[in-house]
Amino acid sequence: MLSVNKLTKTFHGDVVLDEVSLEVKKGEKIAIIGASGSGKSTLLRCLNMLETPTSGHIYFQGEALGEGNINKKRQKIGFVFQSFNLFANMTVLKNITLAPLLQQKDASKMEVEGKAMKLLSKFGLADKADAMPNSLSGGQKQRVAIVRALMNDPDIMLFDEPTSALDPELVKEVLDVILDLASSGMTMVIVTHEMKFAKNFADRVIFIDKGKIAEENTPKEFFENPKCDRLKEFLSKVLN
Amino acid sequence: MFQNIWQILNDHQERLWTALGNTLRIAFLGFAFAFILGTLIALVRTNPSRHPLMLVAKKILEGYVLLIRGLPTTVQMLLWFFLIFPVALQVRMPAVVIAMIAFSVDGSAYISETIRGAVQSIDKGQMEAGRAAGLTNFQTMQKVILPQAFRNAIPQLGNELISMTKGTSVVGWITVMDLTFTTNLIVSTTFDVVHPYIILAVSYLIIVYILTFLIKILEKAVFKTNAFGKQANKNFSRRRSFR
Ligand SMILES: Nc1ncnc2c1ncn2[C@@H]1O[C@H](COP(=O)(O)OP(=O)(O)OP(=O)(O)O)[C@@H](O)[C@H]1O
Ligand SMILES: [Mg+2]
Repeated sequence: MLSVNKLTKTFHGDVVLDEVSLEVKKGEKIAIIGASGSGKSTLLRCLNMLETPTSGHIYFQGEALGEGNINKKRQKIGFVFQSFNLFANMTVLKNITLAPLLQQKDASKMEVEGKAMKLLSKFGLADKADAMPNSLSGGQKQRVAIVRALMNDPDIMLFDEPTSALDPELVKEVLDVILDLASSGMTMVIVTHEMKFAKNFADRVIFIDKGKIAEENTPKEFFENPKCDRLKEFLSKVLN
Repeated sequence: MFQNIWQILNDHQERLWTALGNTLRIAFLGFAFAFILGTLIALVRTNPSRHPLMLVAKKILEGYVLLIRGLPTTVQMLLWFFLIFPVALQVRMPAVVIAMIAFSVDGSAYISETIRGAVQSIDKGQMEAGRAAGLTNFQTMQKVILPQAFRNAIPQLGNELISMTKGTSVVGWITVMDLTFTTNLIVSTTFDVVHPYIILAVSYLIIVYILTFLIKILEKAVFKTNAFGKQANKNFSRRRSFR
């Protein structure tokens, strides 16, 4: 599905990602954890070209991500931001139908809005269709953002700390949506600080340290039997 | 006193209506073109593309803004009237049109800066969300960034409209019969310096107050529907059919 080969990213000479290689298979769920500033967001943002890699290659469904029409490919790569980033000037319904209406020339407005309402209902947001983003709670905003990404029928979903900006009592409603999505077979990569969630959700957990993949393993091995010292240290800090 | 004012208004009705028309035409059309031109300039100057052509365009526009803002509006207008059209371009152009062009160009430099600032103050997550959804830079600008930027810029754009309207009082320099120039002519023929100038001052005040009022209304309308979602429940019943 997605294949990353020796991806390097520098900002003004600082190496933030250092020859990262990664394979994501169809249907796989990957959790990425690591200390603040270790390069997790940068890695995720490279996967849909929000950041342009300094060197290395990313292949999405066999095609180099940097070549051809990136906008077409991005439609198939759902991205969910930590800070939601709902379009502030339009209603929830407009937020989630904007891209499909502009991109799917053959789909009618009725069809697209019908699909949007179905998805909103599924995530308990139907009564918010005509609300403006700033009248929603954080949890509702993030669920709308997830629906927005799903409207394009993506083949993979990327989440960058989707619950980090939420009040504690709102975290669960968003994680539940993500778990629900996972059980539908969606391919997913999620950067998270929720260790318990990572353990339950992921097929594979990746630890990023100073721009490198320092360790990757099944959740059980990863959390119960960490190998590298940096990971042991990190886990002992976050689990206590 | 009111007798005298009434007398002047009555005697010079026709010229004064024409003068008002010229003042408003130059101000509004000048502002409209300045707004369009300013928006286009701002779009280029905020474009993230590193394409060589784009970089050159940006430099040129940066120079344009610097040049225009460095020259008094009156001087620009004189240059258009006496040099650019008759000498450089060798084109005959009515003075009113030249005034309009001068104010469009002058205003575009300021408005482009206003809009550029408004665009840059929009959270960059908005653009990223658009791009992540597969929209182009242009589509995201058009549907997401500019509507928010325009909305935030309304107060400042309103100021610019008002200052441009008042600024048109110099067009008499190039023989355009606006309110100010016409009043000067009336003064020089009637030898009455008091009443014509009172009429002139009050006319500008009324125009500016009306504009201020209209801008307030626009501001209110736009901020209500967009920022607080007052429209939220209006279409509620229509959507119900989907569930
Ligand atoms: N646009 C940028 N310009 C310059 N430096 C950047 C930029 N984006 C990220 N960095 C730097 O790259 C490093 C990695 O940042 P990144 O956001 O990927 O970390 P992270 O692992 O996601 O951290 P966090 O857990 O705090 O979100 C940081 O040192 C950051 O300051
Ligand atoms: Mg991050």
